[in-house]
Amino acid sequence: MTALTLRVNGRDRTVDLGDPDTPLLYVLRDDFALHGPKFGCGLGQCGSCAVIVDGQAVRSCMTKAASVAGKTIVTLEGLGSPDKPSKVQAAFIAEAAAQCGYCTNGMIMTATALLGRNPRPSEAEVRTALASNLCRCGSHVRVVAAVLRAAKEG
Amino acid sequence: MNTIIGRRAFLQGTAGLVVTFTIPCGAQASPATLDPEKVDAYLAIAPDGSATVYAGKVDLGTGARVAIPQIVAEELGMRPERIALVEGDTALTPNQGGTGGSTGIMVGGMQIRQAAATARQGLITLAAARLNQPAETLDTADGAVVPRAGGPGVGFGALVGGGRFDLAVDKNVKPKNPDNYKVVGKSLPRPDLPAKLTGRHDYVQDIRVDGMLHARVIRAPAIGASLRSVDAASIAHIPGAQVVRVKDFLAVVAPREWDAVRAMRALRASWSETAGLSGSQTLFDTVRNTPVARSETLRNIGDAASVFAQGGRVMTASYRWPIQSHASMGPSCAVADIRAGGGTVWTAAQGTHRLRQVISQLLGLDAAKLRLIYQDGSGSYGGNGNDDVAFEAALISRELSRPVRVQWMREDDLGWDPKGPPQLLDLRAALNAAGDVMAWETVAMVPQNNPAPTGTPLIAAVAAGLVDGSGMSSGQTAANSDPPYLFANVRADIKWLAATPLRPSALRAPGKIGNVFAVECFVDEIAAATQADPLQFRLSRLKDPRAIEVLTRVGQMMAWKPRTTPRPVSDWRGGAVLRGRGISYMRYKQNENYVAMGMEVEVERSSGKVRVTRVFCAHDCGQMINPDNVRAQVEGSIIQTISRTLLEEVKFDASRVTTTDWSSYPILAFPDVPKLEIALIDRPHERALGAGEAATAPVAAALGNAVFDATGARLREAPFTPARVKAALAASV
Repeated sequence: MTALTLRVNGRDRTVDLGDPDTPLLYVLRDDFALHGPKFGCGLGQCGSCAVIVDGQAVRSCMTKAASVAGKTIVTLEGLGSPDKPSKVQAAFIAEAAAQCGYCTNGMIMTATALLGRNPRPSEAEVRTALASNLCRCGSHVRVVAAVLRAAKEG
Repeated sequence: MNTIIGRRAFLQGTAGLVVTFTIPCGAQASPATLDPEKVDAYLAIAPDGSATVYAGKVDLGTGARVAIPQIVAEELGMRPERIALVEGDTALTPNQGGTGGSTGIMVGGMQIRQAAATARQGLITLAAARLNQPAETLDTADGAVVPRAGGPGVGFGALVGGGRFDLAVDKNVKPKNPDNYKVVGKSLPRPDLPAKLTGRHDYVQDIRVDGMLHARVIRAPAIGASLRSVDAASIAHIPGAQVVRVKDFLAVVAPREWDAVRAMRALRASWSETAGLSGSQTLFDTVRNTPVARSETLRNIGDAASVFAQGGRVMTASYRWPIQSHASMGPSCAVADIRAGGGTVWTAAQGTHRLRQVISQLLGLDAAKLRLIYQDGSGSYGGNGNDDVAFEAALISRELSRPVRVQWMREDDLGWDPKGPPQLLDLRAALNAAGDVMAWETVAMVPQNNPAPTGTPLIAAVAAGLVDGSGMSSGQTAANSDPPYLFANVRADIKWLAATPLRPSALRAPGKIGNVFAVECFVDEIAAATQADPLQFRLSRLKDPRAIEVLTRVGQMMAWKPRTTPRPVSDWRGGAVLRGRGISYMRYKQNENYVAMGMEVEVERSSGKVRVTRVFCAHDCGQMINPDNVRAQVEGSIIQTISRTLLEEVKFDASRVTTTDWSSYPILAFPDVPKLEIALIDRPHERALGAGEAATAPVAAALGNAVFDATGARLREAPFTPARVKAALAASV
C-alpha cells in the first residue's frame, strides 16, 4: 500500500492508495466520502467528475490521485454548503439550474474556475467554457443564466 | 433531522430488514396500510401536526418532490414546509404504478389529492364533534380545523396525530375550488436543490452499506454469446478481487471500487462467437422485412381506401426514426443486500413495486421479504439500465451473501441500456384539385408490446438462464401516428413487428417523437405542395380552441408572416448559411397536452451542419401545480429532443452496439443550445396533465420543417447529420 496525502477542501487527508494509478475520483468518492464529483464516463468526456486543482477545473476520473499531491484540491463540498453556498452555487440554486443534478457538479466547478480567471464573461464565453460539460436533462439555459448571475453578483 | 423507523416493516413482520432513514421534517411516520384505496396509505399526521406523504411516484429530477406536497398542502390547508415526502419505497409507499408516461402528477398526484381531500373532510368531521359545531361551519387553515366565523380551532395533530384516519379514499369528495388556491400554481423551490448543488445529496451512486463489495459486470463481446471459460488467476494480483459467475453472467467484485474496475479490465474470459445482428447500416431494410406479429387500426374515419382507389393526386413519403439510447449522464447503479430469502435493494428505477415483483420472481424470493428503496439517480427518461443493474446487484449479492454495489461503466450504459426502438412510417395523402386533403393514410411499423411476466428481459437474467429473452415492450409507440386535423377520410394502421434488432424499452415520449415527425412533416409537405402557409393550413383544419390557442400563440411569438415554403431561392442570395422557420403541432396521445412548436434554424451549406437558433413553444397541460417545474420539463424536453433529432443514432455491427461513448454517441452541447421562448398556458380548472414528455413530441417535426423552409430539402430520416443534410441539399437543387 502507498500512503498518499492530499490537500482537499483545506484539509490534509491521507489514504492508503493501493494501486498507484488510482484516479483521483475514486479516492475522493470512496476514501474521503466526497460525493460531489460524480462518475459519468471515466473518459474525460462529460465533466461530471470535475474538481478544482490549483484553480483549474480538471477531470478527476482521468487524473491520477498521486499526481496532485501537494496541490490544492477543491470539490463541490468545499465550495459551500446548503446553508452557506458559494456565489456560483447560490446562483444555481436561485435559477433552479438542475434537474436530476448529476452533471451539475461539473457545471459548477467549471464555472467557478471560469469566473476565477474571467470574472465578467459574456454569454458566449460561458457557453464555450462549458462546451465539454454534458447535460442530458436539458438544463443548459438555466445553467448559463446561473453563471451569468453569479458573475453579475460577484 | 429525525430518524424514523420504516413504518410498514413492523406490520409485515420483516423487522430484520428495517432500515433507518431520515426525512427533513419533524413529521413522524406511524403504522398504516399500503392499500392504495385507503387514506392512510398516502398520509400520516404526527402529534406535532406535521404530515408525511407516502408516494409511489418518484421525483427523477422533475420536481414532483415539491409538487406533491403542494397538492397536499392545498387540499389539507397547511403549510407545505410542514410536509415530508417518502417516495417509491416498497415497504412504505403504496403502489401507484411506475413513474412513466407523464403519470407522476396526472395519475399519482391526483390520487394523492383525492386522499388529502378525503382526509380534510375526516378532520373536519372529527373537529365538529370536538368543537361541538356543525361541520359545514368549519374550514381548515394552517394545519388546523377552524370555525369559518372565527374563534378557536383544533390542530390536525390534536385530532389524529400519531393515529390513523381509517378512511377509504372517497372519489366523491370534491377537491378545493382552484379559484381559491394558495399553494398550487406557485413555483415553490425544489427542496433537494441546495443539497444537490453543494454535494450533500445522496444519489443511489452514493449509497454505502457496511461490508459492501464493489462489482463490475463483464459484458459478452457479442449479444447472446455464451461463456466458455474464465481464468480467475488473471485477477489474482488484485487485492480481494473475486469472480462471480452464474452460467453466462460474469462479474467481478472487490472491496475497493477501483480494484473492481481493474479486475473487470484484467479478467480473461473466453466466449462463443456470435454475430446474429443485421447491423445498423441496413436497419430500415431490416425493419421493413420484419414479420408483422399483429396489425391494428388505430384510427379509421370515413373510407380512405375508396378515395385512394379513385386515383387523382396522391402524395407519398416514408419517414424513419432511428434507434436511440436513454444516454443518462450517470451510468446506472444499484446497491443490494440479499440474504436469507429477502433483503433490500437501493435503486433509481422508475417503478420500484413492479421491479420488486420481477426480482423476487427471478431469484425465487418472497416479495414480501424484499424491499426496494428509491434513491435518486442520474436522470433516466424511461426504462434505462436501472432495472438491469438492480437485478445484477441482487443476483451478485445473493451469490455472495454480502451487500454489493454494481456501477455500470459508460460503455455498459450506452451499449447495453434497452433502446428506444426504430420506427418506420409510410404516409399517403390524396388531394383534390383545390388542394384539400381528401384522404390520409398512415402505416406505422414499430416493435410489438408483448411483455413477458418479468418485463423487459434483463440482460443478466437471460445470461444466467433465468428467462429466455422473449418478450418486449416499449410503451405507447403508436400514439400520434394519425393526424390531428379535420380530414374527411383518415386511416392509421399499425404493424406491430415481431422483432427488433436491439432490446427495446420505453424512451421518453415513446414513439410520439418519431410519429409526430412523420405526420407533421408530411402535413408540411402537403401545405408546400398546395401553396398554403403552414400555420394557416393547420389552423383552418382544427376546431378545438385549446389547439388553436397554442398554434396562434406560437405564431405570435414568431411574428409569423404567412407565405409558402420553402423560402424563395432569391432570398438565399448565394449565402453560405441558409435560414428558415418551421412549426408543428400535436395533442399528446390525442387526448392530453396541447403543444405547438416553432423553430428558426441555420443550415451551413458547405458542411450540412444544422443549428437551431431559436425555439418557440406554447404548452397547455391543463392545471399547473408548479409552473417553474413545468417550464423546466418543457425546456429539457426541447433541448433533449433537438439532440435526438440532430445527433443521436445507435449504431451496431453484427455482434454488438458500437456507439458506446460520448464521441460515438454525441449529445447536444452548450454552444449549440438555442434560445428558448416558452409560453405556459395555465388552465386551473382543467385536468392536470403531465409535463415530462409532451413538449418532446413536436420538436423533430418543427426542426425538419424549418430545414425545408431554409433549403427546400426535405429530411425524412433522423438524425439530421451533416452528411445526410448535404446529401439532401445536393438532391434538392
